[in-house]
Amino acid sequence: MNDFTTIPDYGLSWLEASGEHSDIVLSTRVRLARNLQGHAFGARARVNDRQAVLANFKGVLGRSESLMNGTLLEMPDLGPRTRRILLERRLVTSDLLGKTEGDPPVGTAVHFSHRDPLSVMVNEEDHLRIQSLLSGLRLQESWRIVDELDEELGRELPYAFHHEFGFLTSCPTNVGSGLRASVFMHLPGLVLTKEIGKVLQSLAQVGLTFRGLYGEGSEVVGNFFQVSNQTTLGKSEEDLVDHLDKIVRQVIQYEIQARQVLLRDARGVTEDKIWRAYGLLRYARALSFEELMNLLSGVRLGLSLKLLPGLRVYTLNKMMIFTQSAHLEQAVGRDLESEERDSHRAAYVRRVLASEGDITPNP
Amino acid sequence: MPDDLCDNCGSRPATVNLTQIENNEMFSYHLCEDCAAEKGLETTSEPSGSSPLPDFLAQIGDEPRGEGDPDSECSFCGLTLTVFRETGRLGCPHCYETFESHLRRLLRRVHGGTKHVGKIYLPPDPTVSEMEKRMEALRRKLHRAVEAEDFERAAELRDRIHSLELV
Repeated sequence: MNDFTTIPDYGLSWLEASGEHSDIVLSTRVRLARNLQGHAFGARARVNDRQAVLANFKGVLGRSESLMNGTLLEMPDLGPRTRRILLERRLVTSDLLGKTEGDPPVGTAVHFSHRDPLSVMVNEEDHLRIQSLLSGLRLQESWRIVDELDEELGRELPYAFHHEFGFLTSCPTNVGSGLRASVFMHLPGLVLTKEIGKVLQSLAQVGLTFRGLYGEGSEVVGNFFQVSNQTTLGKSEEDLVDHLDKIVRQVIQYEIQARQVLLRDARGVTEDKIWRAYGLLRYARALSFEELMNLLSGVRLGLSLKLLPGLRVYTLNKMMIFTQSAHLEQAVGRDLESEERDSHRAAYVRRVLASEGDITPNP
Repeated sequence: MPDDLCDNCGSRPATVNLTQIENNEMFSYHLCEDCAAEKGLETTSEPSGSSPLPDFLAQIGDEPRGEGDPDSECSFCGLTLTVFRETGRLGCPHCYETFESHLRRLLRRVHGGTKHVGKIYLPPDPTVSEMEKRMEALRRKLHRAVEAEDFERAAELRDRIHSLELV
């Protein structure tokens, strides 16, 4: 049976921290929303609409170079834990899995390319959501990957396109280019120096928006922010992507400046915070996910400031993903109660740090 | 206090802090509500988690109720204006025609305009004007790639343009 083990790179190639500024920018994502003519979408789609859309998409698989030899996972075929793992790896959205408990809607699927970090969700809010997830800050590259597949799909599938409004989407906030580019950033310097409010306020003034770790409406945890374009209509895709890139680079510069201020004016306190975070991760016997994220934020800052030698960004990225509940349950092979999860989480972190992050502090 | 006066008009008390990024530099202004409103700022907004959806739903809710028949229905998917106002989601491509005048106002508020300027989709059996639009969009991209000295991208775009010229 198909499960996440058949996904190329397990969908985790972004963890490698190879991209530009990958200590501050964890990942870059660009997605395009596309719909097909003649079918209702989102909540209005009936079973036969969803089946027809999936059949259309499957028909293209063998003819598209980007999609050929990839992996198609149909959501109703997957076990609940596998579906949660895909969600925790940010490879599918909760929308794709359906709002309620129980089986996901007929026709929902996700396809992973064999060639690129590229996937397509089928029958999410829009018929197709083409997306590319890369390590570090790589907006133009991510856009190119989705653009290329979009060209291939557009030659084969009857896209819903309006001469004035552009690509038609379920939500009018996506219409036009259908493009949402987002950059997942770690900004502890700006938070600790209390400059973050100003920066976030300026983002809104230049047509960008921010949110927490898990998309729309989610809370900001561990100083992690997702910055993305707010509007999709009236600007070309390249302009949207370049604009976000330009502003994100400014935010990175502010973050670096803020970190320098911390080291200059509060070095003792900063170092203490970082080493305490490391100590807790290294020895704690129970960790909630939120506590873990906050500690990882401290350690990540320490690594970036070269205060924790020998630790790699990859190790920290990996701990963010594999300490989520479905991943822990997968490792243990059974469902876990909340308290059990906290102790398994702490055990996992201790194990990883013992093998990949055992650093000897200067006395 | 005199130093609490608006940076712009200098007469009314400053109650809004505006931070702007211009040419890589950050500027701070202290403005009164009137001058802030002139600059298009919502003085009641907070710098907290901005999620586009709630803002957007609020904007749909702001529609004057007299505009559009709430019971008007999309002939293809059956969506009504009332349901759209509740969910913020359209039901099918045809909805964009059914609710066009309503959407036009909404798009102007949400995106600042209604005209798509990005990629042009070419249907399997394109008209001459669709082909021309598509070529124009590709040439724009090519020009941009050449300016950025991204020759790999430029070559790829030339291939795309070339393949259209052969059609």
